[in-house]
Amino acid sequence: MLYREAGDFKTSYVADSQTFPIRFDRYGYYFLLGFAFLVMPLVINDYWANAIVVPFLIYTIAALGLNILIGYCGQLSLGTGAFMAVGAYGCYKLMTAFPELNIIIVIVFAGFITASVGVLFGLPSLRIKGFYLAVATLAAQFFLIWLFTRTAWFYNYSPTGMISAPTREVFGFPVTGPRASAVSMYMICLCFLVVCAWLARNLTRGSLGRQWMAIRDMDIAAEIIGVNPLMAKLTAFAVSSFFIGIAGALLFAVYLGAAEAGEAFGIDKSFLVLFMVIIGGLGSIFGAFAGAFFLIVGPVLLKLLLVNGLGWPTDLAAHLEIMIIGALILVFLILEPHGIAALWRTIKEKLRLWPFPY
Amino acid sequence: MPDTLLFAMEATLNGLTAGVMYALVALGFVLIFKASGIFNFAQGVMALFAALTLVGLQSGQIPFAHLINAIFGTRVHHFGWNMPTFLAIPATVLVMIGLAVLVERFILKHLVNQEPIILFMATIGLAYFLEGVGDIMWGAEVKALDVGLPKGMSDTVDTLTYNWFGYGFYIDRLELWAAGIAAILVASLTIFSQYTKQGRALRAVADDHQAALSVGISLRFIWVLTWSIAGIVALVAGIMWGSKSGVQFSLSLIALKALPVLILGGFTSIPGAIVGGLIIGVGEKLFDFFMSPIIGGATENWFAYMLALVFLLFRPQGLFGERIIERV
Repeated sequence: MLYREAGDFKTSYVADSQTFPIRFDRYGYYFLLGFAFLVMPLVINDYWANAIVVPFLIYTIAALGLNILIGYCGQLSLGTGAFMAVGAYGCYKLMTAFPELNIIIVIVFAGFITASVGVLFGLPSLRIKGFYLAVATLAAQFFLIWLFTRTAWFYNYSPTGMISAPTREVFGFPVTGPRASAVSMYMICLCFLVVCAWLARNLTRGSLGRQWMAIRDMDIAAEIIGVNPLMAKLTAFAVSSFFIGIAGALLFAVYLGAAEAGEAFGIDKSFLVLFMVIIGGLGSIFGAFAGAFFLIVGPVLLKLLLVNGLGWPTDLAAHLEIMIIGALILVFLILEPHGIAALWRTIKEKLRLWPFPY
Repeated sequence: MPDTLLFAMEATLNGLTAGVMYALVALGFVLIFKASGIFNFAQGVMALFAALTLVGLQSGQIPFAHLINAIFGTRVHHFGWNMPTFLAIPATVLVMIGLAVLVERFILKHLVNQEPIILFMATIGLAYFLEGVGDIMWGAEVKALDVGLPKGMSDTVDTLTYNWFGYGFYIDRLELWAAGIAAILVASLTIFSQYTKQGRALRAVADDHQAALSVGISLRFIWVLTWSIAGIVALVAGIMWGSKSGVQFSLSLIALKALPVLILGGFTSIPGAIVGGLIIGVGEKLFDFFMSPIIGGATENWFAYMLALVFLLFRPQGLFGERIIERV
């Protein structure tokens, strides 16, 4: 009753093939967009922005990127952290080398730099897959982080080895550096996320996305029906790394402000984003949002409950968090391998028929 | 003899002993991969967990003391006794067997017939879970592990090499012991798999799951068995690494180092794991020795992976692996 397509007649192909064909869905989506752009900036404060909202937006971009690679193209990557570092250091080098350049252009270029690095490390995927590819991406993870911490040129010979973002403005509002306000940080991340999600959604339902999915489902069959595996895999690596690079650039420039490669972009970041993709749902755009939301908000809630609520020590709460995340991964893989996105689909199906059972 | 050559030889020897350690971890991977086709990412964390349990039992720590204190407001931490090593090690073995039963009962049973990549991700989840459990159970601080193995510079090697070359090599006695124990472990594993009933069943399952099932071998029992053996191998690796550098989280990162070892040696070959471990160990040390003046130190972090990457391009099945390999 709440959620149904009866009476929703389509009179053109464009209307029929839109992203949200069901009216209820579409209005929900417009409402969310309106809420995110109009209401959130009014109510957001520093705590909310720093603890939940901004990391959620940034990690969603990274999860979207990784989901394209793992969920849509079926190529396992454990090098997400390093690719985020490439985005961050690319952004930093461009910011300091061309101070006049608009930060938005800088971040997009950082994405392109990461895409080219991603393609480079994606080359082995043409010969190997599965665990073997995981090792190849691990090589990227450790090598790139080593490169960034050892080569002084990347951090402009700063004595601490850290990179820190100078202040840059968009329309007169500082979005990076210490003077950036919560609202402007939120808005720039939101804009990037909306554009990235729109891109990802439309890429994955277009010809390119179908090629990726064909490769994922059976590479040999895909090759026989005329999908070029070289092109499909490398574009998946490029698009995925582009998103991850943008996420890395935003994480460094907007959220962290200062970063050190080994600490901010270590292997744990790779796993965090991988977990987001698994818990959210492999091969689903909504899944990237759900997974990032779950893994950003969950630990904050847990910490609030255990440390502030029950007065437990912080380290114990942190260990419990690791344990719970691990257990959740197992539970999701066993009970619902397609993640929160599949749960959401079941709920939608139930809502569509409600109050009747079928 | 020129000094560089001597130093390089010392680096090689040190690399060999470090390689034994890698091989020990890789061994656990190979056992599980052969029997169940699962790439067990949690092997490193199992080593950490085993070592933590051993230290905890030895020093009479109360499990979950931290959690109990937090919930009930008590201040318990130790039972007040020390368990001797010869009791603590069998007790830890029992814990690892219990762990294997639980893993089979709650995870593997439900994931039968899933794609290998799903199983791989499940073991990543298991690794996180075990890490959290280990920390909550025994506390996260770095612990010293002492099972009575000798430590420090080996005087025999020092004097011997001094007499030969006029320069004494520095080799840790612990690492010589580790090499010996690894050799014993491999020998006993080989004997077990060649001459016992269970060992033959194990090999049958590794060869062909369905055929093994059809002649009446219980797959579930074999899985518990392999995970138990892998747990024991993890314990040995945990003892070695723990005695060397303390029981701490970085122990579980050696699991990642074992990945390139496996690629070199092949996923299904026990000798391959040993040889691969030695090659990685020596390669790392020599590369660092020759290249660090040119490109900066700490190349050990990535050398193994890069070597594996290059290797993958030319010989994807590894040195001793089976020929059949999924290639695109």
